[in-house]
Amino acid sequence: MALSMRNLQFLDWKGLDLTIGGGEVVALVGESGSGKSLLLRAIADLIVSQGAIELNGVERNSMSSLDWRLKVGYLPAEIFWWEDAVGAHFLNPPSQESLEGLRLSSECLGWNPSRLSMGERQRLGIMRMLDREPEFLLLDEPTANLDETNATLAEKRILSYIRDRKAGALWVSHSSEQARRVGNRSLRMRDRAIEELDRKPGEAGA
Amino acid sequence: MTTETIQLDYFDILFAGGIIGGLGILLAYYRLGVTRSLTIASVRLVIQLFLIGYVLRFLFAEGKEGYVAVMAVVMLLVASREILVRQKRRLTGWAGFGLGGSTLFVSSFAIALYGLLIVVRPEPWYLPQYSIPLLGMIMSNTMSAIGLSMDRLTSALHDNQSIIEQRLALGESARQAILPYQRDCIRTGIMPVVNSMATAGIVSLPGMMTGQILAGAVPTEAVKYQIIIWFLIAGGVGFGMAAALKVIEWRLFDERQRLRLDRLQ
Repeated sequence: MALSMRNLQFLDWKGLDLTIGGGEVVALVGESGSGKSLLLRAIADLIVSQGAIELNGVERNSMSSLDWRLKVGYLPAEIFWWEDAVGAHFLNPPSQESLEGLRLSSECLGWNPSRLSMGERQRLGIMRMLDREPEFLLLDEPTANLDETNATLAEKRILSYIRDRKAGALWVSHSSEQARRVGNRSLRMRDRAIEELDRKPGEAGA
Repeated sequence: MTTETIQLDYFDILFAGGIIGGLGILLAYYRLGVTRSLTIASVRLVIQLFLIGYVLRFLFAEGKEGYVAVMAVVMLLVASREILVRQKRRLTGWAGFGLGGSTLFVSSFAIALYGLLIVVRPEPWYLPQYSIPLLGMIMSNTMSAIGLSMDRLTSALHDNQSIIEQRLALGESARQAILPYQRDCIRTGIMPVVNSMATAGIVSLPGMMTGQILAGAVPTEAVKYQIIIWFLIAGGVGFGMAAALKVIEWRLFDERQRLRLDRLQ
């Protein structure tokens, strides 16, 4: 699903414009503290923002914020858990196969979240976001806490979801290498503005 | 059974004050720095209670509706301010004073009116000897409960901002996201009342009943009043707290169900 924003403005920032097509992955890099996460939270309607923002031509304010957040999935950099069992955070608990695909124990849904390692939190966080079947993804460094093998698996999981659903994605990354690998194009956030880095031709999410 | 109350004179108060003097010396020895606070509190206690003694004597003698209303409003304003100063993170703007005050007003006045009009039924219903102490007991307990639970909830929201945002991000409503913290506040707020009710008469003789007995009332009559008072207090505390926690929910989430911690100071 395509997301487009015109003159999106939050806090004391000036307006930002950005359009991301269905199935397109736009990578966003920038120094820490440059406001990448703020932008994601503004798009997810978690902080106050002005300006026009549409998902597939439907204006955000024409639907309830609850519907908007179900359609526009947001994966924070640090994943928190609040129920007593990991599985209670899911609407449809993932299958054993799905868990093992990310090298997670098939029993982890019954665990208390305090037992999870950082890497497990992150991988389960990705599954928790996809569990809501969003039409657009806001990803804040989704593989930052993962080793190389797990990061590759997680990347593939997200990209295959994007391809299957024709979902668009704004993918914040700490590594320009990952940005080039997953993104159809890359943006840099600097001085409270977005600048285009490079554009590569080719299939969406390839 | 009725006996004459022993009249206390100023020397009796002075003798009791000797205990506070001794306590002050002990606290000074431990260098706690509270000796000063203890002194100020003791002086305030003496002045405030003597003043209220004269105010009540005047109120009881006059017995006019208007004076009772003025007294009730003064109590409400002071109690609202007390709620405000207990907040570590205050709500910005009018809400800081208004939310605590309005929920305190609704719960304590409604319960006190119920107690006066339906339960105790003095003649006239606003008779200051009944209305002022009744309102005072309900309001002071409700004030503490509202103050504590508001402080607890705003702190919980502040400390758990990330968790609440992630719940919202997954499509939960503000109500769903805040409910566990509200539950926690209500539980901790109502437990002291429940515990006091459960141990009343066994571990301690409640203050009001003790006062009536000292004043010469028959104990079996005094307990009736105490029972009523406890029920009214429990109502004021419970309903007042629930109202305050709900109003905080309305204030700290906006129309797009975003958590608005910028509305906290």
